[in-house]
Amino acid sequence: MAINVKVNGAARSVNAEPDAPLLYVLRNDLELNAAKFGCGLSQCGACTVLIDGVPTRSCVTPVGKVGQSEVTTLEGLGTTANLHPLQQAFIDEQAGQCGYCLNGMIMAAKALLDRNPRPTEAQVRDGLAGNLCRCGSHNRIVRAVLRAAQTNGRI
Amino acid sequence: MNAPHLTRRDFTAGLGGIVLAFSLTPYAGTQEPPRLPGSLQTNRLLSAWLAINADGTATVFTGKVELGQGILTALAQIAAEELDLPLTRVRMIAGDTGRTPNEGQTAGSQSVENSGTALRFAGAEVRAILIDLAAKKFGVAADSLKVTDGVITAADGRKVSYGELAGEVSLKREATGKVRPKASDQHRVVGKSLPRVDLPAKVTGGAAFVQDLRLPGMVHGRVVRPPQYGAQLEAFDEAKVRAMPGVVAVVRDGSFLGVAAEREEQAIKAAEALSASAKWKAGPPLPDPARLYEELKALPTQDTVISSKEAPLVASGAKVLEATYHRPYQAHASIGPSCAVAQLRDGQLTVWTHTQGVFPQRGTIARALSMKPPSIRCIHLEGAGCYGHNGADDVALDAALIARAANGRPVRVQWMRADEFMWEPYGPAMTMQAKGAVADGRIVDWNYDVWSQSHNMRPGDPDGVNLLSSWYMADAKTPGPARQAGPPNFAGDRNAIPTYDLPRQRITHHLIKDNPLRTSALRTLGGYANVFAVESFMDELAAAAGVDPVAFRLAHVKDPREKAVIEAVAKAADWKPGEKGDGTRGRGIGYARYKTVATYNAVIAEVEVDRSSGRIRVSRIWNAVDAGLIISPDGLINQIEGGNIQSASWTLHEQVRFDRNGIRSRDWASYPIMTMPDVPKVETVLLNRPNDRPLGAGEASQGPTVAAIANAFAAATGRRMRDLPFDPARVKAALA
Repeated sequence: MAINVKVNGAARSVNAEPDAPLLYVLRNDLELNAAKFGCGLSQCGACTVLIDGVPTRSCVTPVGKVGQSEVTTLEGLGTTANLHPLQQAFIDEQAGQCGYCLNGMIMAAKALLDRNPRPTEAQVRDGLAGNLCRCGSHNRIVRAVLRAAQTNGRI
Repeated sequence: MNAPHLTRRDFTAGLGGIVLAFSLTPYAGTQEPPRLPGSLQTNRLLSAWLAINADGTATVFTGKVELGQGILTALAQIAAEELDLPLTRVRMIAGDTGRTPNEGQTAGSQSVENSGTALRFAGAEVRAILIDLAAKKFGVAADSLKVTDGVITAADGRKVSYGELAGEVSLKREATGKVRPKASDQHRVVGKSLPRVDLPAKVTGGAAFVQDLRLPGMVHGRVVRPPQYGAQLEAFDEAKVRAMPGVVAVVRDGSFLGVAAEREEQAIKAAEALSASAKWKAGPPLPDPARLYEELKALPTQDTVISSKEAPLVASGAKVLEATYHRPYQAHASIGPSCAVAQLRDGQLTVWTHTQGVFPQRGTIARALSMKPPSIRCIHLEGAGCYGHNGADDVALDAALIARAANGRPVRVQWMRADEFMWEPYGPAMTMQAKGAVADGRIVDWNYDVWSQSHNMRPGDPDGVNLLSSWYMADAKTPGPARQAGPPNFAGDRNAIPTYDLPRQRITHHLIKDNPLRTSALRTLGGYANVFAVESFMDELAAAAGVDPVAFRLAHVKDPREKAVIEAVAKAADWKPGEKGDGTRGRGIGYARYKTVATYNAVIAEVEVDRSSGRIRVSRIWNAVDAGLIISPDGLINQIEGGNIQSASWTLHEQVRFDRNGIRSRDWASYPIMTMPDVPKVETVLLNRPNDRPLGAGEASQGPTVAAIANAFAAATGRRMRDLPFDPARVKAALA
């Protein structure tokens, strides 16, 4: 059936069952790569998107429940030609190794900075506690979020 | 951004089975070919490594692949340096059986040493060839020419670019290895921290991973695994699943069961329905986890004395110590479950894969499917970090098996989280037994025995087929035997031979031939567990001798580079000789030279022990590192510090849970890892050795880190922990 969703400011219509996880609609129907399948269990955070600004695990969110809410993915923050300050900060800090977790890290950080534009280091660590990284890039990720918070109020 | 263009594969072009032969000038008779540096030895043509293009760019072909470690950036730096090209004009092609040299596996911290060395010498030689061409053109001496950014300039101002010479230069010739690469004081690209070429796509949602590959007509596959190792499929409801929405194929081959559907969520639902209807004949029981190490030691072993030094034993006054250490099965636990895309068309199979070795993988898939290797092309695309042999190769065969039933359509298979935890090959459980004696502050006797299953059950085995689903097919294949690896890389016995100057030592590797739990290569192989045991025992001997642990190590090293890293880390951490813990807080040191031939890394860790909860917090880590000539300081720091944190997670949290009936670690709740609030602060001192060859560093810090944590716990509490992981139950038992 046709389902309408608003993603990164655009109205989109997809042909899927309402119980299809939003993650697969984003990746396979809308061809948005950023949100990743990591566990399908809401445990790792790799699939994080913002729904009306709230960080949400798209792997356990049925597309039929999104309704009129605004979905924002990492693609909606910025592009390589016009990077969001968080994306720029992750590059500046070389914050990543394999990079598979970075979508979730940046989206969780976006939600954190929207709530708290000048977090302490401990607040950043707590804010990202639900996002798993396996390569050991944690400290760089924390530095990137703090850098983004310092360098720009436009977050 | 100043970064080279990383060639995104042209996914569909040129898939008509083009297989370029790179080999090899045959050497007739008994004449030995000259020894060439690095991987040039096995891939001898310059054209196997480099192409100069008319647009002024160079294309680098490497058999090593990006695993998240930043290797393609480092190799691009090396090629740009030797060719005198800006990094933005170096294009990387990596890991493609149709296009790149065969460099085996990307493993063991060997890429900079092997592929990097090949590119240093090939790059220097190609630059010299281009200069010779220009010299002939201008009628001047080659040594009067200068090169800047790929433009060759004569003393009189005449110029010619590499691009203009591209049509005249043939690199289909054997490398001589005789053109010296640049001296380190001439380096302008090597030694700089340049931004990773892959990161912009990864922070903006670009197509960066094999998981992101979408081909026209592609369908989604899933595999239904048995409830435990070796279970056999007796029955399942095929008709019901075939009637489910979107299902395009149900594949049964012996006890292999898979499904493909138009949509990913349809494939998952179909796999769940297949699983619910499937009846299995149970496989053999697993070991009793309560008696694991005894049961493993009782299995048949192949015993090898890997080092023996005889000296008269100092008889009187020596203190003798014995200790036994254990490391459980531990998982790679990649954040992104393994994924591959396969397409079978006109008898040609193409596999997009995050394998660590496209050539061994191609050969092994060929044997599993009774195909010929030239009918298969394996193309590497990045996956999530793998840290060794995880499900990457297995899922490629899964995709191929389902693709055989998909009428030419590409099939994308991604494992579910439980597939990854339950079916990946783990890092083996190990027992390390040490017995030593110390007198007058010196070690006078050292005996060490290590028991371990195989750490290398990768594809590429000459006898077996090391791919999971092949063991369940109707025409079932068998894995290769456990093999003694031997020097210089070793395996379960990696880093079992300490680099310390010991007059009397005997080190024995007991290779367990059976595989009660599936195991293979996890980052460092046995290095993590052996350095844990060796360096814990060093501290135990130091304490028996009444000597400070840093001073005790310095008294036993002979290589000045070892001394330098130990002194550097002590200085960085402001180590106080004889410093003591206070019951809850303490610091410890761990040191190893990775594989005894690669990077030197000394680590000091600080821990805080919550005695009531049994929780250990690693609050700080200091490193000193000597990796020879440093290609990218930031890349090196990223590898070392990432390794510290990964090792701290292994050490405090990680063990694969199982019972007699099967694996019980199936998600992040049943296999927890370290999370952001608990990650230590890390500092690193790099000792650059610009005139020494670069040394592999990707796996250097895991061993020293676990040892430093173990020794810090002992310093803090006065109690010694010898069984990993140091979880609250074990900590409380140690403190009781």
